[in-house]
Amino acid sequence: MTYLAKPKLHHPTLAKNRVGYTRRDYEGKISTLCAGCGHDSISAAIIQACWELDIEPHRVAKLSGIGCSSKTPDYFLGNSHGFNTVHGRMPSVLTGANLANRELIYLGVSGDGDSASIGLGQFAHVLRRGVNMTYIVENNGVYGLTKGQFSATADKGSKSKRGLANNDTPIDLASLALVMGATYIGRSFSGDKAQLVPLIRGAMAHPGAAVIDVVSPCIAFNNHSGSTKSYDYVREHNEAVNRLDFFPQREEITTEYGEGEVIDIRQHDGSILRLRKLHAEYDPGDRVRAMAYVQEHAARGEVVTGLLYVDNDACDLHQQINTVEQALNTLRAAELCPGSAALEKINASLR
Amino acid sequence: MQKIEAVNDFVIKFANINGSGSASANELVARAILRMGVPVSPRNIFPSNIQGLPTWFEVRVTERGYLGRRGGVDMMVAMNPQTWDQDVREVETGGYLFYDNSRPLPRSRSRDDIHVIGMPLTELCNNAYSDPRQRQLFKNIIYVGALAHLLDIEASEIEKLFAQQFKGKEKLLDANVQALAVGRDYAREHLKPIGLKVERRDKVGDHIFVDGNTAAALGCVYGGATVCAWYPITPSSSVAEAFIRFTQKLRVDPATGQQRCAVVQAEDELASIGMVVGAGWNGSRAFTATSGPGISLMSEFIGLAFFAEIPAVLINVQRGGPSTGMPTRTQQSDILACAYASHGDTRHVLLFPEDPYECFELSAQALDLAERLQTPIFVMSDLDIGMNQRLCRPFAWDDSVEYDRGKVMTHDALDAGTDFGRYLDVDGDGITYRTYPGTHPTKGGYFTRGTTKNAYAGYSEAGTDYVENMQRLRRKFETAKSLVPLPVLTAAKYPARFAVLFYGSTSPAMHEALDTLAEDGIYLNALRVRAFPFQNEIADFIAAHSKVFVFEQNMDGQLSTLLINEAGVEPHSLVTVVHYDGTPITARFITQEIANRVARLNVHPLKDRVA
Repeated sequence: MTYLAKPKLHHPTLAKNRVGYTRRDYEGKISTLCAGCGHDSISAAIIQACWELDIEPHRVAKLSGIGCSSKTPDYFLGNSHGFNTVHGRMPSVLTGANLANRELIYLGVSGDGDSASIGLGQFAHVLRRGVNMTYIVENNGVYGLTKGQFSATADKGSKSKRGLANNDTPIDLASLALVMGATYIGRSFSGDKAQLVPLIRGAMAHPGAAVIDVVSPCIAFNNHSGSTKSYDYVREHNEAVNRLDFFPQREEITTEYGEGEVIDIRQHDGSILRLRKLHAEYDPGDRVRAMAYVQEHAARGEVVTGLLYVDNDACDLHQQINTVEQALNTLRAAELCPGSAALEKINASLR
Repeated sequence: MQKIEAVNDFVIKFANINGSGSASANELVARAILRMGVPVSPRNIFPSNIQGLPTWFEVRVTERGYLGRRGGVDMMVAMNPQTWDQDVREVETGGYLFYDNSRPLPRSRSRDDIHVIGMPLTELCNNAYSDPRQRQLFKNIIYVGALAHLLDIEASEIEKLFAQQFKGKEKLLDANVQALAVGRDYAREHLKPIGLKVERRDKVGDHIFVDGNTAAALGCVYGGATVCAWYPITPSSSVAEAFIRFTQKLRVDPATGQQRCAVVQAEDELASIGMVVGAGWNGSRAFTATSGPGISLMSEFIGLAFFAEIPAVLINVQRGGPSTGMPTRTQQSDILACAYASHGDTRHVLLFPEDPYECFELSAQALDLAERLQTPIFVMSDLDIGMNQRLCRPFAWDDSVEYDRGKVMTHDALDAGTDFGRYLDVDGDGITYRTYPGTHPTKGGYFTRGTTKNAYAGYSEAGTDYVENMQRLRRKFETAKSLVPLPVLTAAKYPARFAVLFYGSTSPAMHEALDTLAEDGIYLNALRVRAFPFQNEIADFIAAHSKVFVFEQNMDGQLSTLLINEAGVEPHSLVTVVHYDGTPITARFITQEIANRVARLNVHPLKDRVA
């Protein structure tokens, strides 16, 4: 909403996190998306999650493709470097950036057109490689910037604003992520901050490929009665499998759940994901069972949300290809160039 | 009958079936001659196939060090019945045809003006070996043995090469030595001597024998590349494969055994260039290797990298295209596609290596240029240089030279209050400062976009901001002229009205042609272009001659087009001569074309006038 100017001054009493930043320090430019857009709620959740995680904003690199969702990295973490890449190809740029400097935190923001249509291939391959990142899909089932065409996640039979029905089978990005080997997979709803913020926190602490498929209604083109990605539809059909809380390694765990089954999942970095299971039979550590569970509920028209899968022994691309601990972009000629003596040996071997 | 007689100066061509192990046997002949101190230039002409299609291997033996293709064949080793007729046709009058006469040859399918040498290879093999695989492999070695005898190649050199190749596999070594002896003994007892001979010389010196793709990969290792992302495509795949091989030895942290670089085989070329762009944005030196179709796929990203000003190096090993077949043949046909790759007003820096030495040198330099100019740099190799082993100067490296990391604003500079605008031209050379992600908590962060930005990287759809930015990019391209390698002039012995202009793999054939023409009294100045954008020296050179023959290995005369478009060259001053059938251009072709055209322009050879 560009017409609402943000005050430049911070209120002196604003709470600071452990690294000395207020929540406002994680904000970015004013959003230019439509008032009420689900994507703005996701941006707010990202801001909240980063503040709570005590991440220094400039240590995050934000990358996106093209589309409404891909514009949002300008609206949070204003002191971070961001890269608006090309349509559907953010995953490869993020991969390259991650290879260059493994010390930063990588946040990929994309949409359903960007990730499920033009960029389906890159979406799949970045997951199989285990790139350490948080990949958020802001999924509204529609092309907003080009004014309302269907995307590949639109449900079969759902209607566009102009009344046209979608005849194609939808792509379920969470199910695809399960198949492609992502090691942290969540699904949520832009309107459910209580679920979304801890999901993002867990994803950012996860040392591997983390994907969150966030259903995010498009109020301009896909929030009508024929849509399965509208606020009303998702609220009515949301089937949360668990409630999540996230505790970084250093945080004392004081929260106690009063009811239901509670399990703690310790991630590789020592952080803890505490799940209150809403569905007793749901096990987020079982990839195969998770696939069946998500599909069974989808067949009944239900959108399963929550932490769908996590592998606490995940490893990332750098571990797989055995790169040095130091960021590659900091290596100097002394460490990279074998020098003239070695070259003379190579010359000798070529004679 | 006429008989070609030559010492250390002839062309021998092998016609084989691919996948039969012939390439390594034929290479053995080339290497053995090289070990005798006589320069050779081998070329593998191969199909898009694993097994069963025709393949050729041409070895130029050249005491004078002419490493281009000469044209013509003095001796054909015809081992492929499928291509028999065409192979027989190719032999020069008075030349030699070596073949397997285990089955009788119909007289109608030979020629009376060449010397036919039959040897019962299959029969000899079948008598000596029972295993079909051995029969195939050793058949190749048996003909190598026979050729060694006919051409006076020292058997001891071949045996030394075997000893290197089969170190630790003594059984194989013995079997190969034995097969070689079978061929040699048969030839000694049954075959008549021929007129082609190899004599030991000392003409190889300290030169090395290497292919351009290996050299380019090594250039990337020395040039400090830390990220390589690639997708397999002939003829470029061996660049990445060589990079992997080198870095597994040369880029290992001695303490931990971990790699000081990352190599990713991507799912396609879109992803490989995407990774290179991501790594370049984040301050790593990154490259990809590809060929024409890969460039087509990468074009959108190339545009983004140009406008967003991201360093990237693309090694384009050019080939014929598209699809399969011609792609295993050489061409210089991506000049325009690369110079203007992508949408919008883009222009890219191209470098043209002439041989493996320059593949090494220019690949390393490309990594410096990419960071200095913050833009994609193309190393325009081709199949002829990339995939064939070539004798060249030994690689050289100056240890005192630091990498040029370009204009990078540091944490301390930002802290000191330096004004930072990502697209702000503070030095007037069109090159702006960048920051690496994560540099400073509150300063220097920016959002990278293709266009739609002002000098401070803020979102702007203002036309004036766009125009200003585009004009700065033009200034940057002008700056590039002073940074890219200069053209190389080879001046004629006498003042010349005519000149030739050429680039890349045409170089060795051109130098041979110029010598031949000079012997006939036709003198031309020659300029080898090494980069685009074109320096003023190039336009000046063209203006100083009444006609300039531009030699290119593509149909459309793409470099000529670029010269007219970009260097303000008068079109009528250029005569474009093209060679684009997929085989490397030959010295004879160049000599003939120039001699004909010069004659048509009414020029009398200088020696006639002198006489």
